[in-house]
Amino acid sequence: MSLNRKYIPIVVTILLFIVMFTAGSFRYTGFFSLQVLMNLLVDNAFLLITAVGMSFVILSGGIDLSVGSVIALSTMVSASLVQQQGWPPAVVIPLVLLMGAVFGTIMGAIIHYFSIQPFIVTLAGMFLARGLCYVISIDTITIDNTFYTAMAQTRIPLPGGSFLSISAVIAILVVAAAIFTAHYTRFGRNVYALGGSEQSALLMGLPVARTKVLVYTLSGLCSALAGVVFTFYMLSGYGLHAVGFELDTIAAVVIGGTLLTGGVGYVLGTFFGVLIQGVIQTIISFEGTLSSWWTKIVIGLLLFIFILLQRVLSSRRLTLKE
Amino acid sequence: MSVVMKHHLFWPLCVLAALLLFNLCYSPDFFSITVHDGHLYGSLIDILNFGAPLILVAIGMTLVVATKGIDLSVGSIVAISGAIACLSISRGADQNSMGLILTSVLLAAGLSLMLGAWNGLLVSMAGIQPIIATLILMVAGRGIAQLITGGQIITVTSTKYAYIGSGSLAALPFSIFVVALVLVIALLLTRRTALGLFIESVGCNPAASKMSGIRAHLVILAVYVFCGLCAGIAGLLLSSNVSSADGNNAGLWYELDAILAVVIGGTSLNGGRFYLTGTVIGALIIQTLTTTIYMIGVPPEITLVVKACVVLAVCLIQSDTFRAAVAARWKSRHYPAEKEMSRHVS
Repeated sequence: MSLNRKYIPIVVTILLFIVMFTAGSFRYTGFFSLQVLMNLLVDNAFLLITAVGMSFVILSGGIDLSVGSVIALSTMVSASLVQQQGWPPAVVIPLVLLMGAVFGTIMGAIIHYFSIQPFIVTLAGMFLARGLCYVISIDTITIDNTFYTAMAQTRIPLPGGSFLSISAVIAILVVAAAIFTAHYTRFGRNVYALGGSEQSALLMGLPVARTKVLVYTLSGLCSALAGVVFTFYMLSGYGLHAVGFELDTIAAVVIGGTLLTGGVGYVLGTFFGVLIQGVIQTIISFEGTLSSWWTKIVIGLLLFIFILLQRVLSSRRLTLKE
Repeated sequence: MSVVMKHHLFWPLCVLAALLLFNLCYSPDFFSITVHDGHLYGSLIDILNFGAPLILVAIGMTLVVATKGIDLSVGSIVAISGAIACLSISRGADQNSMGLILTSVLLAAGLSLMLGAWNGLLVSMAGIQPIIATLILMVAGRGIAQLITGGQIITVTSTKYAYIGSGSLAALPFSIFVVALVLVIALLLTRRTALGLFIESVGCNPAASKMSGIRAHLVILAVYVFCGLCAGIAGLLLSSNVSSADGNNAGLWYELDAILAVVIGGTSLNGGRFYLTGTVIGALIIQTLTTTIYMIGVPPEITLVVKACVVLAVCLIQSDTFRAAVAARWKSRHYPAEKEMSRHVS
């Protein structure tokens, strides 16, 4: 059985996850349990949701640097409306999601219609969203609304005594929906085509403008949803939440085997990319003596290895392009 | 008149002048410079002094952008360089010994050179996109800086080290001389030798410049090394100004400010052309803007929102499509087919 070239990165990702988890299980007592595995989802639900949105952006050949700021803005808007204005969560959450989606749409529209690099537009978006957080308040706003605390504390029991949080369930649903969207819908096909070659997509008569703008809308929506989930997790709104988060997200997508030039990759890979980051953190916390900043170094190293791997795998494709 | 308006420094200088004018109207003693103990004090001097690290980083970034690249890791290099210098000084027996300071400064400069070379190798030899290649060091670099400082803020008590960032020479802050030196070297290298032309040529088309005998790989590598070194010196200035190194926050978001300065200065992100003087003015605009925002009593948090709007405005002005869309309003006639063409050919 010969493995198709395009499956190599994702297979490497999944193998890496299995190897890391197995290594952790052998090294630390108590590591090998369903709960540790579930905690990867519980603690990284917001990363997972953001990374799903980012996967679509990167698959389409773009990049979104504003995700971390949009998360912070979502926590801030939720906290100030719920806590300070006394609005019901049922109104606030849809409002926050709408805000994220509109934010993404505007960025996507600027990127497409004025043909400015996505990198610089979303950079401006990053500044803007972070700045708006501070305009709302420079202090932490703690949330003690009953709905939010209930969402934070509810545990969904699983067989074997382990549990999942509501956020983790939301994240899993988002991943499932994203896998369906990416591989079984017309929109997903368009995204891949756009990432492969924008010119070809245009010549084929695909709705390039709509797809491109929608991709950023989706990413904005996902970031806002991640922000809501983050609020459940932190029970506060703060302008400095999720600083540097965009890089974690991009790292997750890249480690998941998605090609940064666009057009190649799987949402499932992103899922494992997030899990790998989670495993690194878990190993570091089990080790106890290692400092948390080792996480960043290891993630940087992994990023490097995966980019080189992709580079080697795609070298034939690129030479053809040039 | 039109010659003056067409000059690449015209608009940046206008913006800077407008900002300064606004400050003058707002507080009449903005331009006043006083002398205390042979040192000059005043808002303008402050802008130059506090803007020095940003100018340095932006100068390095300009050359990188000129080769159609980007260096996201400068903020991390700033943090690493400051951290290693402070660590090395704090370990020394006599913090004021000249030898120790020199060793520490050289150590920091050498390390930032190596980090720049790492970026350059990834971009030129491994052929990885610049955003991604430098992203690695941006993520890992902050971790390295925290590792060096042990997650703490390292404080040093060396007056000689503090001189680099806050001392003054000939009544002017010493940092200004550092910046001037780097700027002059960069200007001489790029404008008096063929190096500038090589950089622009590589930025336009690396393959074509290689065909015409330019060692594109070497040019790209050199540019990233220079950018790393600039960021390293900026880190020294920053850390010596406050006599401490903070691995978490030193140089945070510097990459964004630096890119902003480069873009304001008229260097296009598409590569192939660069204006070092424009970048310096761009960095001064950013610093003046920050000072202004502090001065007029607007909460400093709004700085980010203002910066975001500036980035967007500058990029829109740089965008051909946007200009065409605006210009179309004044045109008496236009051909739909022509418009359609220009949209599809890009």
